[in-house]
Amino acid sequence: MSSGAPPASPLDAELLAELRQLVPSDALLTAPEDLIPYAFDGTAAHRARPAAVVIPTDRDQLIAVVRAALRREVPIVTRGNGTGLSAGSLPSTGSLVVCLNRLDRILELDPANLTMMVEPGVVTQTISSAAEAADLFYPPDPGSMKISTIGGNVAENSGGLRGLKYGVTRDYVMGLEVILADGSVCWLGGKCVKDVAGFSLRDLFIGSEGTLGVITKILLKLVPKPAARRTLLATFASMEDAASAVSGIIAAKVVPCTLEFLDQKTIRCVEDFAHVGLPVSAGALLLIEADGNPAAVDAEIAVVEATCRAHHATDIRAAADAAEATRLATARRSAFSALARMRPTTILEDVTVPRSELARMVRFIETVATKHDLQIATFGHFGDGNLHPTFLTDERDEAEMVRVHTAMQEIVTMTLELGGTITGEHGVGLAKREFLPQQLGDASYQLHRQIKRTLDPAGLFNPGKVLAP
Amino acid sequence: MKTGPGSLAEMDYSVLQQCMHCGMCLPTCPTYEETKRERHSPRGRIALMRAIADGEMEVSKAFGEEMYYCLGCLACTTACPAGVDYPQLFEAARAEVEEAGVLESPKRNAIRASVLRGLFTRPRLLRLIGRLLWIWQASGGQSLFRRLKLNRLLPANLRRLEPQAPAINRQFSHQLIRPVERPAAPTRRRVAVLTGCVQDLAFSDINRATVDVLLANDCEVHTPPVQPCCGSLHAHNGDLATARELARRQLDLIDPDQFDAIISNAGGCGSHLRHYDHLLTDDVRYAAKAIAWSAKLRDIHEYLVEISFRAPTAPADAQTVTYHESCHLCHGQKVSAQPRAILQAIPGVELRECAESTWCCGSAGIYNITQPETSARLQERKLGHLAATGAGTVATANPGCHLQIANGLSAGGDTTTTVEHPIVLLARAYAAEHSRP
Repeated sequence: MSSGAPPASPLDAELLAELRQLVPSDALLTAPEDLIPYAFDGTAAHRARPAAVVIPTDRDQLIAVVRAALRREVPIVTRGNGTGLSAGSLPSTGSLVVCLNRLDRILELDPANLTMMVEPGVVTQTISSAAEAADLFYPPDPGSMKISTIGGNVAENSGGLRGLKYGVTRDYVMGLEVILADGSVCWLGGKCVKDVAGFSLRDLFIGSEGTLGVITKILLKLVPKPAARRTLLATFASMEDAASAVSGIIAAKVVPCTLEFLDQKTIRCVEDFAHVGLPVSAGALLLIEADGNPAAVDAEIAVVEATCRAHHATDIRAAADAAEATRLATARRSAFSALARMRPTTILEDVTVPRSELARMVRFIETVATKHDLQIATFGHFGDGNLHPTFLTDERDEAEMVRVHTAMQEIVTMTLELGGTITGEHGVGLAKREFLPQQLGDASYQLHRQIKRTLDPAGLFNPGKVLAP
Repeated sequence: MKTGPGSLAEMDYSVLQQCMHCGMCLPTCPTYEETKRERHSPRGRIALMRAIADGEMEVSKAFGEEMYYCLGCLACTTACPAGVDYPQLFEAARAEVEEAGVLESPKRNAIRASVLRGLFTRPRLLRLIGRLLWIWQASGGQSLFRRLKLNRLLPANLRRLEPQAPAINRQFSHQLIRPVERPAAPTRRRVAVLTGCVQDLAFSDINRATVDVLLANDCEVHTPPVQPCCGSLHAHNGDLATARELARRQLDLIDPDQFDAIISNAGGCGSHLRHYDHLLTDDVRYAAKAIAWSAKLRDIHEYLVEISFRAPTAPADAQTVTYHESCHLCHGQKVSAQPRAILQAIPGVELRECAESTWCCGSAGIYNITQPETSARLQERKLGHLAATGAGTVATANPGCHLQIANGLSAGGDTTTTVEHPIVLLARAYAAEHSRP
């Protein structure tokens, strides 16, 4: 798709006039030069221009803006820094994009309760650093954590490199404030570790991808900072060896916090960008990190090292210090973007399988690539079974794009056959909407639709995402 | 003004496509951080460029203003894992803006014609103006002017700029440096030194120091006394035709085949100079020579480290030094460790890192003239970080940054902190070796 989306119809004039009263003059954008840059998020093959963009600077403005749009039945698409990988924050036709990246304050750090209250536009890295400064730890660490905002992380229920041991964003959200479709503001959850009053509505909003309401405040759970951390880089001749080493580590009942892998294409692209000394001729790499109390970390690393050797690791290197460990993790975080060095369009999948099926899945992806004459690079979070097979293609080659789509369907089908999921951490958005009924089954899919109809009867929150209209 | 090849619609589309809008550039972009608006981010600007290449949007006044709101600091290129060639896109976009004439006004046209094409293409005229400025400053005219508050008579933008004008040196490079200078020890390498424009007028002592350190490292140094501007100002301001013409003149003056290296000591110039191969790729007569030139072009710090420069045995006068990285030296040329290595090799120097050392100081070519408000905010932010180190000397290797920081310090009443080029500190240490008993 080399030509962009057609210009969207202009927004209701009365709404514009009202918004102009509510926000500063540089916070309401309607000119083409302002709107074109909002026609996408981090997803490659989708594009749509909003009718207008509004960037409120505080909670009161945000609530007033959302209420104004709801009153006039104008669809609302919320967005942070637009790094999503499922087109979840892509504008819908005629929509008002409400950009939350100016709501970027940490409201409270409460060490007595191990919590932090933040606005949705705070960049995740800022949260991580603020926790660290208080000798605490916020474990979720999406690859894009230096850019992505916490509101987006909660809305998409983002994962990250430490998912294996620490889970996903959901596991660290204790409370949420949301604006509902009738304009009311609702608080869900609280600071109590144990709280079983009523339905778990907070969880309903986590991962709802902006389709049920607008998040205005988030209460996060923090944990003590691990006392020690050690990082290993293990090199393998093939992906299968690496996959079997991972199965071996899990079978040995060791849970490192990070167990990442990169295939050869990814290793080369990452090294080309980051220059951290990755072995560019290796068939596969595992980046492994253990954290916790020092004695336990040493014991875990010893098992990991022995297991890697038993599964034919050709080289095992330990990060010399924290700085090197950070360099390696940062290099790994660039994997998706670095792959664009090979072909201009990168389409990232997010399939996840039970860990026992990893080797089979990896083999299958290779078969699909050969069968359809496509380049697919694979990297991801081996430890939690979350794979990112990435199609390296060119959106201008229509025939190839058709083959990409066929291959994608085959990969999804296989994933579901193996008991996996179509998305481990990026969300459904638009990109994976067509596959959702297949995964959920009829009863669950209808329940999803019913919930959406109940909470958003007019269909104004992020229309068309997750569920087909 | 005809731009020739390189406009957005004509360029290789894959350069535009390379941006997969992952957003890795966002936290490194000073203008995005300032406004949090997508159009003020690298990927937002590329989206606009692509819309133009796709015929979805005309080159408009707003597009032109956006391209000039970009600092061109290239921090995004360091952050970009996909390897987007932002410098090429940026220059093509500004060239397109100039060709379309969307920002034209009689005043802007007159300034561009007189400054870019009139002054900065004529080295002798530039020196004559420099000489007149020096007389004005040295004769006390300037201070009298300021004491009598006559600057109130100037139009607003000139009134603001007047105190920012660089202090002109008494002697220019050709008066300080002979065309060929040979080292005391046997010659091991032959190099050519580029003297620059602002560097030649305001910082000719830095050029002299550059020659001195090269001599101290057994290089035979060739410095043509009259040199054309390298064209960096023109390329960065949308005048690629003049930039190409100046590059050809540079290649006529200095034959890369005659030297082991061609040395630049100004971050901004060097960043442009090392891409002559790209600039002249379609020029049948000059393309091959330009490739040879780009292969030989070295930043002075980079070259000294490459030839394993000799550490001085005597100290320089500076004790606590912090280093501000010129955008085009660190992001444009990827020279970041070498200036630090040089500073640390000087006995007695304590290098204190400042926060955000690679964040733009707001000078950005002529950005401080075209976008004074954003420039001033960046200057303030930079000064805060520099002051927090408590260092007595700020080292930096680009005339624009040098002036921006020095002006900021003096405007804030700081009379003790000095600004120096790292090479000047090194040259002083070498010189001190001889003055010791």
